Amino acid sequence: MNDTSMATDAPRLSARGLVKTYGPVVAIDGVDLDLYPGEVLAVIGDNGAGKSTLIKCLTGAEIPDVGTLKVEGRSVHFRNPQDAQAAGIETVYQQLALAPALDIASNIFLGRERRRPGLVGKVTRGLDHRAMREFAEAKISELGIQTLQDITQLVETLSGGQRQAVAVARAIAFGSRVVVLDEPTAALGVRETAQVLDVIRRLREQDVSVILISHNMPNVFDVADRIHVQRLGRRAAVVTPETHTPADAVAIMTGAAPGDSGDGGEEGALP
Amino acid sequence: MTETIEQTAAERYRARPLTRVQRLRRLLHRHPGISPTVVLLGSVISFWLINDRFLLPANLSLILQQVAIIGALAVGQTMIVLTAGIDLSVGAIMIFVTMVMGTLAGELGVPGVLAFVVGAAVGAAAGLVNGILVAYVKLPPFIVTLGTLGVFTALALLMSGGRSIRGDVLGSFLTWTATPVGLGPFNLTVGVLLVLLMYAGVAFALSQTSWGRHVYAVGNDPAAARLAGIRVRAVLLSVYVSAGVVFAFAAWVLIGRVGAATTNSAVDANLDSITAVVIGGTSLFGGRGRVLGTLLGALIVGVFRNGLALARVDVLWQTFAIGVLIIAAVSLDQWIRRTGAQR
Ligand SMILES: Nc1ncnc2c1ncn2[C@@H]1O[C@H](COP(=O)(O)OP(=O)(O)OP(=O)(O)O)[C@@H](O)[C@H]1O
Ligand SMILES: [Mg+2]
Repeated sequence: MNDTSMATDAPRLSARGLVKTYGPVVAIDGVDLDLYPGEVLAVIGDNGAGKSTLIKCLTGAEIPDVGTLKVEGRSVHFRNPQDAQAAGIETVYQQLALAPALDIASNIFLGRERRRPGLVGKVTRGLDHRAMREFAEAKISELGIQTLQDITQLVETLSGGQRQAVAVARAIAFGSRVVVLDEPTAALGVRETAQVLDVIRRLREQDVSVILISHNMPNVFDVADRIHVQRLGRRAAVVTPETHTPADAVAIMTGAAPGDSGDGGEEGALP
Repeated sequence: MTETIEQTAAERYRARPLTRVQRLRRLLHRHPGISPTVVLLGSVISFWLINDRFLLPANLSLILQQVAIIGALAVGQTMIVLTAGIDLSVGAIMIFVTMVMGTLAGELGVPGVLAFVVGAAVGAAAGLVNGILVAYVKLPPFIVTLGTLGVFTALALLMSGGRSIRGDVLGSFLTWTATPVGLGPFNLTVGVLLVLLMYAGVAFALSQTSWGRHVYAVGNDPAAARLAGIRVRAVLLSVYVSAGVVFAFAAWVLIGRVGAATTNSAVDANLDSITAVVIGGTSLFGGRGRVLGTLLGALIVGVFRNGLALARVDVLWQTFAIGVLIIAAVSLDQWIRRTGAQR
């Protein structure tokens, strides 16, 4: 992606000075983040660097102690995940957030079930099971998880990777502006991982912005436009696959090389 | 070519001859409604063999009338247990609402319909108190309802001052639930039909609406439900409040059944409602179960009490038998569930 087109657009999602502490633990310490329309921003960092906490603060799962959040230039305060969903932000959390005793289709539609059309649906508020199943099947097959045979299977009977696929299918099905994926391929096989990366590229083509958290450097450098390096709760740098090698990024991540949060051409976009 | 198709090891394992017990277990697992139905039919037949008066339409009608109160409470109890809660105050709320309706209509001369509406509002408010303490103050449901059990019982007793309010001063509306309804040889009451209607309504809401899905999801894993975008606290609150309204309907049925508003009735209704839920196969850990299972559970309890009474078994031994029944039902449930992974 070329940097100039990005720098001229206003960020779709922009965070300034996010702080989140858990008692004595400082999870993130004054983090800035900008996400532009139709870009894939990877977030990398060691375990405990604050990646998950950062995206939780962006998606309403946690309320930051300090800091501001803007969507399309407008100030927002997400109190819970629905607020973020209403703003078009969908998230796959690291812990997946699925209801084990419900089936795959119900999980994909959890929180936004589809009612039967017409008067019947309005009066009885009855669910349109068939439509939800068909839609869920389509989304799952888009991810190419062929081992999922039965959309009415309970989620608790699925393998770890299959569960992850359900969570990803759910996010890509409804994310209209931003899709946030916290280690979406950690449990996936080689082919399934490639499918998810394809889906991420397709989202970018549809002008959806993606935040991807991953420990897999080849994947990150394969799909990301920019890479946010998180270190000890702070943003150590923002780099691009064009200007940095995976080894450079890892060096910043581990502190072997100095970070520079002005890197990656991001400062030019600040308001 | 006489080449036989090679089976994989797993296919050979799956094609292995099953024992009858294994097949039965698998069937029961696939259709969770079967085992309570079988227990119900089995106990009906046993009691019929002991005393052939058991199966007379008059006696079956009586069982339904006897079971209506517990059945009504168990509807609300099921909703609460599905959220991984428990409500020890169901009977206390019902008695409290009974006394509110009775005092308004019988002593203050308020029209029956209005007394019922106020009673339903009091039931909802009682549920709201439980719901706020559980969902917002985040106390364990057991503790909350143990506390409100005492509070609502005391309020009901303070209100009644130890007196009962006789049915003839309550007016026709509040005692309407006692009106007989003939269905062929059976002799039901409006109250019984009302309870069946509540089962149908709640069964629909739980299985066919998004609210129902959210109740199951919250009972399963509240943290996951929140991240999925469900307003967990609102769902919990709605469950306790609607259960409170259900308990008010139970109070209405109770007034009809007893023919008076009194604090002396349905004393063991609390635990019996939990018994019905548990025998009906709903998990006390939340997120699993069905209200129609509870209906079967309530019927099983009713059949046991009535059948043992007809067989002239002492009341204490009836209680003993119900106790054994609970443990047997839950053991059966566990045994069936252990096949979970083997499809
Ligand atoms: N709910 C919580 N309570 C207390 N401490 C927390 C909580 N959540 C996160 N932390 C702490 O915040 C820090 C950052 O955690 P976070 O989950 O954001 O790391 P991460 O970068 O996502 O790590 P990983 O790569 O292992 O997923 C850690 O030190 C963690 O212990
Ligand atoms: Mg994490």
